[in-house]
Amino acid sequence: MPEQSVPAIVVDGVSKTFALPHERVHTLKEKALHPLRRSSHETLRALRDVSFAVPKGEFFGIVGRNGSGKSTLLKCLAGIYATDAGRIYVNGRVSTFIELGVGFNPDLPARDNVKINATMLGLTPREADRRFDRIVDFAELHDFVDLKLKNYSSGMLVRLAFSVMIQVDAEILLIDEVLAVGDAAFSQKCFDEFGRIRRSGATVLLVTHDMSAVQRFCDRAMVMENGKVVQIGDVDAVADKYLQLNFSEEARAEVAGEEGPVTVVAGEGETVRAAGDGHAEILEAWVEDGNGGRLEVAPTGSPTAVCFRVRFHEDVQDPVFGVGLDDSQGNGLFSATSAFDGPSGRFPAGTEHIVHVSFQNFLGPERYAISASVAPDGNGLRFHDKRDRIARFAVTDGRPRASMTALPYHVDVVPAQAHQEVAP
Amino acid sequence: MSTAVTRTSSSPSSPERPPLPPGLGTPIKGPTAMGSDFGRMLRLTWTLAVTDFKLRYFGSVLGYLWSLVQPLMLFGVLYVVFSVLLDFGGSEKYYPVALLAGIVMFNFIAEATMGSVRSIMNREPLVRKIEFPRVAVPLATVLTALFNYMLNLVPVFVFLLIAGGTPRWTWFELPGIVLLLTVWLAGIAMLLSAMFVRYRDVEPIWSVVMQVLFYATPIFYTLDTVAQKTGKDWVPNLFMINPFAALLQQFRHAIVDPSHASSAAAIGGTWRLVAPLLVIGITVAIGWTVFSRMAPKVAEDL
Repeated sequence: MPEQSVPAIVVDGVSKTFALPHERVHTLKEKALHPLRRSSHETLRALRDVSFAVPKGEFFGIVGRNGSGKSTLLKCLAGIYATDAGRIYVNGRVSTFIELGVGFNPDLPARDNVKINATMLGLTPREADRRFDRIVDFAELHDFVDLKLKNYSSGMLVRLAFSVMIQVDAEILLIDEVLAVGDAAFSQKCFDEFGRIRRSGATVLLVTHDMSAVQRFCDRAMVMENGKVVQIGDVDAVADKYLQLNFSEEARAEVAGEEGPVTVVAGEGETVRAAGDGHAEILEAWVEDGNGGRLEVAPTGSPTAVCFRVRFHEDVQDPVFGVGLDDSQGNGLFSATSAFDGPSGRFPAGTEHIVHVSFQNFLGPERYAISASVAPDGNGLRFHDKRDRIARFAVTDGRPRASMTALPYHVDVVPAQAHQEVAP
Repeated sequence: MSTAVTRTSSSPSSPERPPLPPGLGTPIKGPTAMGSDFGRMLRLTWTLAVTDFKLRYFGSVLGYLWSLVQPLMLFGVLYVVFSVLLDFGGSEKYYPVALLAGIVMFNFIAEATMGSVRSIMNREPLVRKIEFPRVAVPLATVLTALFNYMLNLVPVFVFLLIAGGTPRWTWFELPGIVLLLTVWLAGIAMLLSAMFVRYRDVEPIWSVVMQVLFYATPIFYTLDTVAQKTGKDWVPNLFMINPFAALLQQFRHAIVDPSHASSAAAIGGTWRLVAPLLVIGITVAIGWTVFSRMAPKVAEDL
C-alpha cells in the first residue's frame, strides 16, 4: 500500500462505556466485611460504534453539544481512555492538547516549566532544550523566562503553553477547545499558526462546540450526538446539522420551561397575552411542514405553515386572524392576516378552530417566535385575543447564508452584448 | 428526541463492517502502566522526580537544613532514651551512628510509601489530560524520596567519621543496598498508589503498617538485645525476613562497623538471604500486577 493512501487516523466501531458507581468511595474495610457484594453502578454509554477515518494532512473538526461524547472520543484517540470495543489506528506521532500547560507548576520559573511540559508532551530533554528559544520567541516572553509562573498573567500563561504545544512538531495533533484563549492579537497568531501547521502537512483533529472555528479551518467535520456520529463530511452540511440539533433542543427547552403548558391562562404573563377582550382564546401555536406534521425545525425552501388553535367563548362575527414572526432580535420579519380575504364568517361560542398560514419558507437560518391574534377588525387596535411569542421554532438552511431571509432566486449571467440588444 | 430530528438523522454505521486493510499504523490500545516507550517512561519519571525535588529545595539552602532537622531530632530523642537512659546499645560499636542510619533509612521508606499512596491522585490533571506511562507517577515519588535519602546520608557519614569510623572497601556495598531497597519500595509504591484509586482507606491502614514496621525492625534496639531478652537464637533470624531489617543490618555491617553482624550472619546462613530477597521479588510482582491492571482505567476511576 502506498504511503500516501494510509489514513492518519482510523477509528473503527469504537464504543466506550463508563461505570458510574452509586457510592463514590469504597474502602478496603467494606471489601473485607462484604467480600462478595458487588457494588452497584449505572452505565453511561459515552461512545456508540463510532467509525471514521481522517486522511493525512486533513484538518478535521468534531462538533457536538455538551455530553455528546466528543471529548471522550478525543481521549480514546489520545490513549488516555481504553476503549471497550473497536479499533483505533494512528499513523504518525501524536500530540494531545486537551488542556494547555499540562503539568505547569506555578512555583517554578517559565524556563523549567517549558522543559517539563515539553517532556510531558513527548520530547526528550535534549529536544526540549534545543527548541527552548523557539518556544520563548513564539510566545514573546523572552524577558520573563526566569519569572515564576505564579507571577504570570493568564494571557502570558496561555501564550507560553500554546507555544510549547506548537513547537512539539507532532504529525497528528488532537486539540480540544483551546482556540478561545488569549488576547485578540495572540489568537490571530494562533490561527495563523494553525494555517502553518496545516500547510506543513500535519493532520489536525479539532474538537469544539464553536462551529465558526470549524468552518474557518476544517476541511471536513463530524457532528456527534449521544455518543454517535450523526453526520460526517462537508463542513457546511455539518454546520447545518449542528445548528439544527442545537435549535431543536433549545426550542424544546423553551417550550417546556419558559412558556409552560400549551393551555396558557389569560393574563398569566404579558409576554404571552398582549391584549384581548376574552371573546376568543388562542390556545397554542406551532409550525407544520407541507404534510401537516409538526416541526420544531423547518428547513428553508420547503412548504411551511404557521398554525394556531383558537377557542371562542362568545359568538364572534367575521373576526380577523393574524400571525407574525419575529427573529431572535425582535425584528418582525413576516406578518399575515385574513383581513383582506373578505368576511370570515360566524364562529359560535364554545367552538374551536385551527388557523393555518401557509407559505413557502423563505426565512434565513435563525430562531423565530410566533405571535398570533384574533381581532374584531383589521385595524390592529382591538383584539379578542393577542399572544406574543406564544411558540418558537428554528429554521435551518442547507447552505451558508448571511442574510435574514432566503428568498427564492436564480442567478443568470448573460453576455453584455445580448443585454444591450434586448434593452434599446 | 423530537420528531423533526428523528426524521432527518440517520445512523451512518452498519452492523456488518468490512475488515480493515492491513498496515494502518499504530493501534491505540489505551493507557498502560509502562507505555510503549521505556525510555519515555524513564525520562518522565526523572522529570517528575527532579521537579518535585527542586520545588522542595528551590533557591534555599535552609530548605535542605530544615529537612535534616526531623531525622536528627528523632535521633536525639531515641539516642538519649535508649542509649543513655536504657543502655540498649549492646556490644556493637558506634551505636549512635547505627541508630541514625536506621532512622534515615526508615524515613526513606516512610516518605516513598506514604507519598506514593496519593501520588496518582495528586497527579490527577496529568493523568486525565495526557497519555503517558502511568507507572512514572509512583516511581517518581520513590525517586524523589531517594534523592532525599541520599542527602540525609551525608550526616550519617559525617557522624561516622567524627565518631572514629574509617572508610572501608565495604562501603561500596552501599549502591547495592540502596538499589535493593529502592526496588522494594517501587513495588510497594505501585501497589499502594493503585489500591488508593479504588480504596480510600489505604492511607490510614498503611500508616499503621509503617508504625508496626518501625518497631518490628531493629532500629533503636539491636539483634543482640532481642536474642538476649527472648533467649532464643532463631528469633533474630525471623526479623531478617523483613527486607528493611536485612538491608539495614547489612548497611550497619558494611558501612558503620563490622562489629554489627552482617545480614547473612543475622539470618543464620547466606542461603537464607533468599527469604528477604523473595519478599522483595514478590512485592514487586504483586505491585506491578495490581498497578498494570489498574492503569488502563485510572483516568476514569479517579
